[in-house]
Order: sequence, then C-alpha cells, then structure tokens
Amino acid sequence: MAIATANHRDFLFRRLHTLAGVVPVGLFLLEHFFTNATATEGPTAFNNAVNTIQHIPYLHVVEFVFIFLPLIYHGVYGLYVAYTSGYNAQQYTWLRNRMFALQRITGVITFIFIIYHLWTTRFSGQEPNFNFVHNLVSNPINFWIMLIGVVAATFHFSNGLWSFMVHWGITVGPRAQRISAVVMMVFFVILAFVGIDALLAFVHTA
Amino acid sequence: MSVAEQDMNSKKKVVRLLIERQDDPNSSPYTETFDIPWRPGMNIIAALMEIQRNPVNASGEKVRPVAWESNCLEEVCGACTMVINGKPRQACSALLDQLSQPITIKPIRTFPVIRDLVVNRSRMFDALKRVKAWIPIDGTYDLGPGPRMPEADRQWAYELAKCFTCGACVEACPNVNEKTSFIGPFAISQARLFNTHPTGAMHKKDRFEALMGEGGIHECGNSQNCVQVCPKGIPLITSIAAMNRAVDGYAFSSWLGK
Ligand code: HEM
Ligand code: SF4
Ligand code: FES
Repeated sequence: MAIATANHRDFLFRRLHTLAGVVPVGLFLLEHFFTNATATEGPTAFNNAVNTIQHIPYLHVVEFVFIFLPLIYHGVYGLYVAYTSGYNAQQYTWLRNRMFALQRITGVITFIFIIYHLWTTRFSGQEPNFNFVHNLVSNPINFWIMLIGVVAATFHFSNGLWSFMVHWGITVGPRAQRISAVVMMVFFVILAFVGIDALLAFVHTA
Repeated sequence: MSVAEQDMNSKKKVVRLLIERQDDPNSSPYTETFDIPWRPGMNIIAALMEIQRNPVNASGEKVRPVAWESNCLEEVCGACTMVINGKPRQACSALLDQLSQPITIKPIRTFPVIRDLVVNRSRMFDALKRVKAWIPIDGTYDLGPGPRMPEADRQWAYELAKCFTCGACVEACPNVNEKTSFIGPFAISQARLFNTHPTGAMHKKDRFEALMGEGGIHECGNSQNCVQVCPKGIPLITSIAAMNRAVDGYAFSSWLGK
C-alpha cells in the first residue's frame, strides 16, 4: 500500500475543475445572461450590447483563453467526474443526495446543450444580432431546447456554487450549508427567470 | 385475551427474513427466505442465531447456515454492519420490532464479500494508516507530558472519536465505487480528529499530504449520505468541509512557499 503518496495530480485537477466552474465559466454565464437581458429593452439595446462586446480588443484571444479553454476543461473533466460518480438517490432519497445526482445530470445536459448552442449561434456563420436570434428561437423546437438549456445551466451553476463553497471550506457547519442552499435556490430561480425572460423577449418583440 | 393466550400468539408469530447470500468471494449472490419464530426484544443477530440453530429456509429445505460477524453486541465494534431494509446499520442494534417486514438483509458490498454477510473491511484500516490516524508518543527517551488540549476542542473532538470503523458511511457514499479510489468520509474525519489533538498536530502536514493524495479529500462530491447514515451522528460533512479549508490552505501555502 502506498502511504502518503506524493501524487497530487487528481487533487489539483479536481480543485481546478471546481474553480473553473466559477471563475471564469460562471462569471461568463452571468455576463452572457446580462447581455441577453438587454433584449427586454428592445432590439436596439441588444444590438448595441453585442456591438460593445465585438469591440473588445483581442476578442478572439480573450474568448479562447477565458471562455473556451476553461469551459472545455470544466466540461470534459466534469463528464469524467459524472462518469466515475455512483448514483444512489433512489436508495438514499434525502435532498442533498438528489442534488448530487441532479448536479451531474444537469452538467451532462448543459454539455450537450452548449455544443448545440455554439453550433446554432457562434459557429453558424451568421451575424449575431437581434433578428438572427429572433428567427432562431421563433422555431418552437429551438425555443424549447433553449429553455431546457437555460434551466439546466442555471441550476447547475447555482447548485455548483453551493458545492463550491463546501469544497473551498467557505461554508463549514450544517447551518451555514443550509442557509447557503436556500440562498442558492433563490439565486437559481432569479437567474432562470432572467434567462427565460430574455428568451421570450427574443420571440415576441421583433 | 389472557396473558397465557398472548404468550401462545407470540410463540406462533414468525418473522420473514430475505437474506442476500453468497457462497464464496467469487460466486454470484442469491436471495434466500427464512421464517424464524419471533421472541420479544429480538435483534437481527438473534434472528441469525436462530437460523444457525435451525438452518431451514422458508421452503423447508435444510441449507448451509448464514455466516455473519459480530463481537460486542452493543454497537461499538462495527463488525456486524449490514444493509438492513435498504440502509447500512449494525445488526446488533437493529430490533426486529422496529423494522418493517419482511426484513431484507444484505452484506455491505462496498467491501469485498467473503461469505454471506461477512465482508473484508481492511480497506478502511489501510485508509486510517494512510492518514496517520494515531498520535505518535513513543521516543527513545522520556519525552515528558504533551501539550494540553483546550476543553472546548476536546468536547467536539470527542464526537469524532466515536467512530468505530463500521463502514456505514463508506457503503452509502456514491463516490466510493469501483471507478474511484476514495478513502471514504470516516478517514477524513479521523484526520481532522488527530490534527486537532495538540500532539497529533505535530504531524498535521503528513495528514494533509495524504488527503491530497490519490483517492483523497477531493473525491468527495457532497452527497452528504455519510452524515445521514452514521450511527454515531458524527458530523462528517462538517469534518470534510473543515478539512477542505485546511487542505486547500495548506496546498496554497506550500505551493507558494516552493
Ligand atoms: C459543459 C458541461 C458541464 C459539465 C459536464 C459539468 C459538470 C460538472 C460536474 C460533474 C460537477 C460536480 C463536481 C464536483 O462536485 O466535484 C460540476 C460542478 C460545477 N460546475 Fe459544472 N459542468 C458543466 C458546465 C458548467 C457550466 C456552464 C458552469 C457554469 C455556469 C458550471 C459550473 C459548475 C460549478 C460552479 C460547479 C461546482 C464546483 C464545486 O463543486 O466546487 N459547470 N460541473
Ligand atoms: S464515521 Fe460513522 S458511519 Fe463512518 S465508519 Fe465511523 S461510525 Fe461508521
Ligand atoms: S456486534 Fe459490535 S457493532 Fe454490532
């Protein structure tokens, strides 16, 4: 038996994974939702917001280093984590164990969704503007896929923040963890609302 | 009903047990049904002893008696942990009258099964060795008395000291499985216990290093099943979160100090 092996590789990978889920991937999610929410102010507001982003200097580098790389790392390693986890929420039905399973299920849904989402938007070869998104989500199939994606991603992020605070020793005692669970579920509802509201704005105001 | 009549009824009462059995470490498991005569105050061990006395299954066939392990019979040795009605717990403190029937009994399969309900828990003891779950006090000369432990710490640390390596938390944890090498919740809690002791704290870093090693603290995914099943009510998730804080801090400072 190896005693106190100096192999810290898994520890490092795992900690990088939880960190990447919040900084930068989680921060990007917030930014993304904020930009989309400008659609509720009308097409001009959204087009202006998109325009601002497109004038970030070295946009491709920023996008690649701060979004793509961390997202791919968190996503691919997350799939591996989801694969190696056991699932026994049917035998042990208490809340946290169900959330444990849901965290992994929504992670996998989000992974599939992000591929679809990048395919239909970023890499569709079309100009990102209000009309383009309007046409996309006016198709009910796309609309429902987007809705599922929004709910899965916001749940995964909110519940992930709860778990993040345990992994980094921020919420240690049971009371702190209970309170943070409530706060994170409120956060989930608000974030999901913002996402769905933006989605509806793209469908209706044209 | 007279007392005598009541007595007669209780004599006739039988309890049905569905036991998951396995003949040897490599054969496949099968379930066998037993009807055993009820006596007041019976626990699962008493029921298994009944089968040992009269190894006849519910179809009336004579079978090999069911093998199990037990020692203390008072929930302190951990030898008799089984999955009873779907939850890992000690057979010696599981009273038949408090269980819904028929009662299902299975071995704790997170460990290698040796025969029937007997498992090999040595993985747990290896994990304790790995995190140095002891306090080194021996020297080549008299080292004198160690530092005193503050009473406030002693009080909560005592709760952690109640762990009897029963394996219930290891069985319930979804991240202890054939795809991972997770040492299990109890070992992290024990590392915290011995890091809290003023003499044990002299080997703090060894325990942090061990927890950062393969199958260490990072394998915890916060399902929190452990704290729900621990028969001693040990605050395992608090221990894990506290050790997360300590290990993350140690990793950072040792990395920056390099
Ligand atoms: C691309 C697909 C994704 C997959 C497959 C995935 C998978 C996972 C898994 C399995 C966990 C649990 C890790 C653990 O408890 O140790 C997790 C945690 C987390 N994920 Fe994701 N994820 C994905 C995308 C995202 C996205 C888009 C975000 C941000 C909005 C995110 C944020 C988080 C956070 C904050 C955690 C908590 C980290 C922790 O427990 O400390 N994930 N993810
Ligand atoms: S922590 Fe509790 S459940 Fe786990 S081995 Fe110790 S006593 Fe058993
Ligand atoms: S026989 Fe010791 S715990 Fe049950």
